[in-house]
Amino acid sequence: MKLIHCPKVGTRPASEFVYGGLWRPMPDPDACSDTQWCHYVFHRDGAPGVQREWWCHAPTGMWFVAERDTMKDEFLRTLTVAEAMREAAYG
Amino acid sequence: MARRLPPQPGEWIDREHTMPFTFEGCKYTAFAGDTITSALLANGVRVLGRSFKYHRPRGVFSAANHDTNVLLQSETDFNIRGDVTTVEHGMKLAAVNTAGGLEKDRGRIMDRLSPMLPVGFYYKTFHRPRALLPFWENRIRRMAGLGRVDAAWPDDRRAPARHAFCDVLVVGAGPSGLSAAVTAAEAGASVWLADENARPGGSFNDQEANLQRDELLGRAHALENLTILTDTVAAGWYADHYIPLVTPEGLIRLRARAVIVAGGVYEQPAVFRNNDLPGVMLASAARRLVHRYGVAPCESAVILAANSDAYRTALELQAAGVAIRALVDLEDPGTRGDLLADVQAAAIPVYERSAVYSAEGNGLLNAVTVCELDGVGRARPDTARRIDCDGLLMSVGYAPAAALLYQSGARMTFAGTPGQFVPEALPSGVFACGRVNGVFGLQARMDDGMAAAGEALAYLGREGRQHTRPGRGSERMSHPWPVFPHPKGKVFVDLDEDLQLKDLERAAAEGFDNIELLKRYSTVGMGPSQGKHANMNAVRILARLTGRDIDETGTTTARPFHHPVPMGHLAGRRLRPERRTAMHGWHKAHGAVFMPTGHWLRPKYYGPGPEDEAIRAEVLAVRKGVAMVDVSTLGKVEVIGPDAARFMDQLYTLKLSTVKTGRTRYALMVDEAGVIIDDGVCARWAEDHFYVTTTTTGAEIIFRHMQRLIGEWQLNVDVINRTHQMASMNIAGPLTREVLEPLTDLDLSQEAFPYLGARQAEVAGVPAWLFRVGFVGELGYEIHVPAAQARQVWASLMAAGDAYGIRPFGVEAQRQLRLEKAHLIVGQDTDGTSSPFDANMSWAVKFDKPFFQGKRSLEILKDRASNRLLGFRLPGNHPGPVPKECHLVIHDGDIAGRVTSIGYSPSLDAWVGLAMVDRALKDADTLSIRVAGAEIIDAPVVATPFYDPEGLRQKPETVPESQAREVSA
Repeated sequence: MKLIHCPKVGTRPASEFVYGGLWRPMPDPDACSDTQWCHYVFHRDGAPGVQREWWCHAPTGMWFVAERDTMKDEFLRTLTVAEAMREAAYG
Repeated sequence: MARRLPPQPGEWIDREHTMPFTFEGCKYTAFAGDTITSALLANGVRVLGRSFKYHRPRGVFSAANHDTNVLLQSETDFNIRGDVTTVEHGMKLAAVNTAGGLEKDRGRIMDRLSPMLPVGFYYKTFHRPRALLPFWENRIRRMAGLGRVDAAWPDDRRAPARHAFCDVLVVGAGPSGLSAAVTAAEAGASVWLADENARPGGSFNDQEANLQRDELLGRAHALENLTILTDTVAAGWYADHYIPLVTPEGLIRLRARAVIVAGGVYEQPAVFRNNDLPGVMLASAARRLVHRYGVAPCESAVILAANSDAYRTALELQAAGVAIRALVDLEDPGTRGDLLADVQAAAIPVYERSAVYSAEGNGLLNAVTVCELDGVGRARPDTARRIDCDGLLMSVGYAPAAALLYQSGARMTFAGTPGQFVPEALPSGVFACGRVNGVFGLQARMDDGMAAAGEALAYLGREGRQHTRPGRGSERMSHPWPVFPHPKGKVFVDLDEDLQLKDLERAAAEGFDNIELLKRYSTVGMGPSQGKHANMNAVRILARLTGRDIDETGTTTARPFHHPVPMGHLAGRRLRPERRTAMHGWHKAHGAVFMPTGHWLRPKYYGPGPEDEAIRAEVLAVRKGVAMVDVSTLGKVEVIGPDAARFMDQLYTLKLSTVKTGRTRYALMVDEAGVIIDDGVCARWAEDHFYVTTTTTGAEIIFRHMQRLIGEWQLNVDVINRTHQMASMNIAGPLTREVLEPLTDLDLSQEAFPYLGARQAEVAGVPAWLFRVGFVGELGYEIHVPAAQARQVWASLMAAGDAYGIRPFGVEAQRQLRLEKAHLIVGQDTDGTSSPFDANMSWAVKFDKPFFQGKRSLEILKDRASNRLLGFRLPGNHPGPVPKECHLVIHDGDIAGRVTSIGYSPSLDAWVGLAMVDRALKDADTLSIRVAGAEIIDAPVVATPFYDPEGLRQKPETVPESQAREVSA
């Protein structure tokens, strides 16, 4: 069983965590086209590689964002939601 | 014919203690510490089992936990491995898979029939006609089988799993593993050392007892931070060094920070005619029998050699008293150095560049035919010579016990010297040493172990002396082609499955020429030993058949668990969570019949039944008097903070920021795609304080979803999960006020506590939150109290209601009551595609909010709802079958929807139901529903709610008092 590092709680076994799907910044719902919105709602990029994902440490309810290489099933880094939002905003 | 040798130094048996046991009905005596195999051999028994398919006699082969033709049945267990299982006092044993006993096994006819049973025979023969397949399957399974489970055995085989942690796990307690473990532990690391044998020492034990083993074991036992587990198989490698250790007592799930694999090698057989005869065995098996159990493997032996270990075996066995008739070397003995001189000095005839072409004997080895090899390694029958012997000991090569390395992601490559797969690149935290690493030679292996420990310590950031890896030696230990075809066949590659050389040749010729395909088609390596003594030769054979090299041919995937494990170990302890509400004891005492809803147990109805009558009575009690239901399983969440109102607006489709303090409102949640995922009731206690319920099934998921959205939306608000802290009950019916009034100071009048109001007050002396809601369509209050006092409140209300005929009602009555009101149940009346527009709930979607979850999707879906939830009604005395939930609605011969809920309404004396149908039917007058027996019935569509459509009864103050009472009478 894998170990996952939560940025607040520390390293815990994977059984304590819940996967929350890809981390996908939402487009502006009032400005985007129907096609863009549809893409956001329904499209998931399943290609193996480095993905940003939502993870939750279930016992504490701590949500965070993880960068995971889905090809190697390796966690590269984990960051708080605020950190992920900052990175998304400022690159 | 006793074959017990004089006491051997360091032997594992205790000759002071004897134990009687029976095998196949005959009585024998073992010494304490004997395995079943060693005890039988000591008693002169050489045929120990029958093979899986052809029922050929088989004897000891590896003595290393892989003699899968020596599987035994006892009075309490099955598939016992004779080669490693120690004899217990009074054991009654028999070979598995025989018809009429080992000696006279009627299944041996299969051996005669074997030429008619080529590889793939069963696939090709028995698949047609299909109807006969079960018959043939039954027959075949009876002929080719393993042990039998006796259902009468006590069900006490479940062993709870334990959990453990360490710095370094060392797998294998042989020379390299023991050295690694001691080195790592002496540097202060917490070390676990696991070995599948009954004693540590590994191959130290297969030779003359020596001082190095005793010195290492002495150091090991002195270390408190070194845990040694024997009889323990490290059965797999899982991510981040999570290793299941299979012990006799059960599984240990071990989390290591680093793993050193020192599992050694599996000795490999040569492939020639009749290489399965009892008496043909691996040289290492003979050495184990001599040194561990003081048993001579045979009286006179021929040794088939392709490495220096063969020469050591010859010398050791001769010293132990076994006559060595010949040493047959596949290669030039000139390369064996001093060992050749020693063997010659011991007057052992050496045949050079020769092979055993065939083993002879009728059911037992009594001679071998030896042939010289030609320039390309083929046996020359013209040079055949017969050598009498009752034992043939093969020492022609090894394969690494590398399953854990493969599973960890190691890259393995084939090395011509020593002639086996060796690790080329290992993942971080995984180390290998000893023979599995391709290092032979006793001192080299110990040095390799110390070096591996040093690397592991460095990986863990610990101080420790670094040792240099000794490197792989220059001797080729494994012969590249120990395969000698014979025109008369019976040239076995896999003894587990009775697979012959010709089977693999034919499989490859039929196109199964990839190693994974070859395995699946021929079943090579799929028997109980999982190919530990077959796969390497299969790879060699396929490589030669396809003209590829070993690396190109590759190996099959070694999945965990790589060794059999008792099912009871895997099953572990039976732990199923069961949630009970705070009032569970009361329900039980009052005859509740429980049903599981998720992890919860909820009263279905209150007995003694019959069920239908009980449920109808409960429904009528709500409609005409007063009744109470336990709704504690609802999810309950407090939402607190400056952004609480905004959060609720963004989370739900209705506008909840406009709910006034002390009021409630229905709350409907959709996901980003606009699909209904939850609903509940939202109450507001203050500007910045809400309390909202979720569905029972949504309690956990929705709460977690809320936690995530707070972060995603970056709102200043907190959610508190009250699901388990608060218990809830819903008291409803026209007489509710009469029951509740005496127990609370709260003014229950319409003016003070109107419909949809929320209040905080004491009920029966307990602080409570009360909500006037109408889920069941009558005057009613949902009362939430701390779980610890809930039973007291419930019991007080029940006592107070006694005079009014109060009764409890269960989930079934609640479902019927809400159905009469057409209140949908999320997930039952909706599915993974239902938007509020499909469910007739456009009233619950408020687009005049800047944003809410799913808003954009609902804007797109607004005029495109593909389905519609309709109500239908059948008379209470409807003749014939009544629709059930999930029965199909048919339109123009096609499926056009399904019944989502249906029930008999005692209030209306009618069957009422909901159906999710195609929008083409949205204005239909009747629905054609296909019921049991494919009969189609027409059900008239009616307006919903079915009962009290104006909703007057849940706010009876709007109805003249007399009228309400009249209805309830």
